[in-house]
Amino acid sequence: MDLYEHQGKDLFERRGIPLPERAVATTPQEAAAAAERLGGDVAVKVQVQTGGRGKGGGVALVHSPDEAEREASRMLEEGFKGAPVTRVLVERLVDIEAQYYAAISLDRSAGTYLALVSNEGGVEIEEVARTKPDAIRRSHVDAVRGLRPYQARRLTGHLPTQARDGAADLISKAYAVLADADATLVEINPFVLLRDGTVMALDAKVTIDDNALFRHPDLAELADTFPIDPIEKRARAAGLQYLKLDGEVGIIGNGAGLVMATLDLVKQAGERGEAANFLDVGGGASAEVMATSLEVILSDPNVKSVLVNIFGGITRCDLVALGILEALERVTPQVPIVVRLDGTNAEEGRRILAEANHPRIVPAETMLDAAELAAALARGGTG
Amino acid sequence: MAILVDEGSKVVVAGITGSEGTFHALRDRAYGTQVVAGVTPGKGGQDVEGIPVFDTVADAVERTGADTSLIFVPAPFAPEAIYEAADAGIGLIVCITEGIPARDMSQVTAYLRGTGASLVGPNCPGVISPGRSNVGIIPGEICAPGRVGLVSRSGTLTYQIVHELTQRGIGQSTCVGMGGDPVHGIGFLEALERFEADPETDLVVMIGEIGGDDEERAAAFIAEHVSKPVVGYIAGFTAPPGKRMGHAGAIITGSAGTAQAKAEALEAAATRVGRTPSEVAELVRDALS
Repeated sequence: MDLYEHQGKDLFERRGIPLPERAVATTPQEAAAAAERLGGDVAVKVQVQTGGRGKGGGVALVHSPDEAEREASRMLEEGFKGAPVTRVLVERLVDIEAQYYAAISLDRSAGTYLALVSNEGGVEIEEVARTKPDAIRRSHVDAVRGLRPYQARRLTGHLPTQARDGAADLISKAYAVLADADATLVEINPFVLLRDGTVMALDAKVTIDDNALFRHPDLAELADTFPIDPIEKRARAAGLQYLKLDGEVGIIGNGAGLVMATLDLVKQAGERGEAANFLDVGGGASAEVMATSLEVILSDPNVKSVLVNIFGGITRCDLVALGILEALERVTPQVPIVVRLDGTNAEEGRRILAEANHPRIVPAETMLDAAELAAALARGGTG
Repeated sequence: MAILVDEGSKVVVAGITGSEGTFHALRDRAYGTQVVAGVTPGKGGQDVEGIPVFDTVADAVERTGADTSLIFVPAPFAPEAIYEAADAGIGLIVCITEGIPARDMSQVTAYLRGTGASLVGPNCPGVISPGRSNVGIIPGEICAPGRVGLVSRSGTLTYQIVHELTQRGIGQSTCVGMGGDPVHGIGFLEALERFEADPETDLVVMIGEIGGDDEERAAAFIAEHVSKPVVGYIAGFTAPPGKRMGHAGAIITGSAGTAQAKAEALEAAATRVGRTPSEVAELVRDALS
């Protein structure tokens, strides 16, 4: 779960990372009032879950409450890169001497965390990594010992003398934020040295490990502050991994790998055989889960055929079959549903479907047959 | 021989009294696996259809000689079950549980490096050496004994490809579901290394998917250290670009993590990559003929 900047900064503040004075505004009037209170010279920043705000018009430096109100109004009205904007952050401008970059991220190759500090910040870090690799210092962080003080000193040892202590303190506190919140990423681009010698975080990008939300009820609540497609919201509430795509073949499968392979096969099966979605019912799909999945898929008007591809391990195919039949009592599909079942209790599942003899259900023997059939049916053919 | 598990493996099932634990413990036993014990705190002294239940793994090891742990306990308690198994002297820990926080797994894997225990998973379907032992949830009936080793990041996709192999009369020495979590135990490298050393394995199938750089590192390992033929499959050619973990993530992997990049890396290491599960099975048949 990617947090908004202001939510990340709230986490920073709890750990004592220096930040500019700031206020969140949800209306242009609130933005004007905040700018007034902060002295007029402020940055107005869209709060979104995507990056590239600086270049994309998502940050405005202004010098009066009126200007702040105008910019906030524009941002709230226009949105940002297609995403709705419900709030902006109004922040007092600071007197910057130099800009740097810091990040701590889960490094899946190493199975642990990697901390990075660059003596060039406020720019794209990929570009720095490519053109000036020496600008970036890296250190793996053991998840048991945490980021040690010597590592913080080494990571920041290439910064100007007057910035080092503050930067080492900042990266140590950033690790504490990551550990507190079970984050997989804490990125600060930029952090800055001010003319008065203070080292301060100007940005905050924090990604929380979804698997850890069970022990962070306060962070789990933030999920409601992010815009979400209504179909995706419904799927998520049912514990389904759903992603809307542009094609016409609705896909339901169990296991991310199998679902991805199914999308690949549908694409290969025909030039217009594109998947309408990614939907992984996960392990142990119950009848209820299958029924909700079908309802979710069939609520997409682009769907011309549905492909259910289940290979049972924990998932039992008899329950899947019952779930499909249960769903067909709740919704009346106008499109064919190709069903392919294999693995645990597959014969029982196939028998249940055969006995039901539902006019919309088209059984398929193999995954390849099922993909070709579903793609052909979406094109209006019969395979 | 096979790798990781065989007819001599003695399995203790953590979480045996839960519905999934019971179902799969009995299923594995019916397959022929030596399921010698179960563990559920507070339920020591009970039994699950004749399988004795203990309060702790140490008790189970002492009383039954268990050497392999199969874990079904819920995510908040699964790391504890792994620590407990390692401290009880279990040599192979197979963790089926999904949804364990990455930070917990990072601590667990750091701890295990200092012990003699190997971990498979979490968020994985387990390990099966067909005809010998099934430690996990892979449906035994789709497998057949044979000489192809298989290692996969995916669960159900593994079943699909095993199924395709078996239907063509190609059996398997061992199938390893390494799991899809970012921080996990045995990966492609460790599995390839063991298959390379296993006299009962002639060829290895590796099944990857988009994200991370496990497949790219496996390709480099194959080029250097694997003499047996390897056939690959990568899922996710048509998947939309996944969420990157910010800018730092892209730097760490040094790779786009796309299916295309992974397939190219494998092909550069003289590994043939099938574009469908069926094609993988065909490539295996060709390579063995």
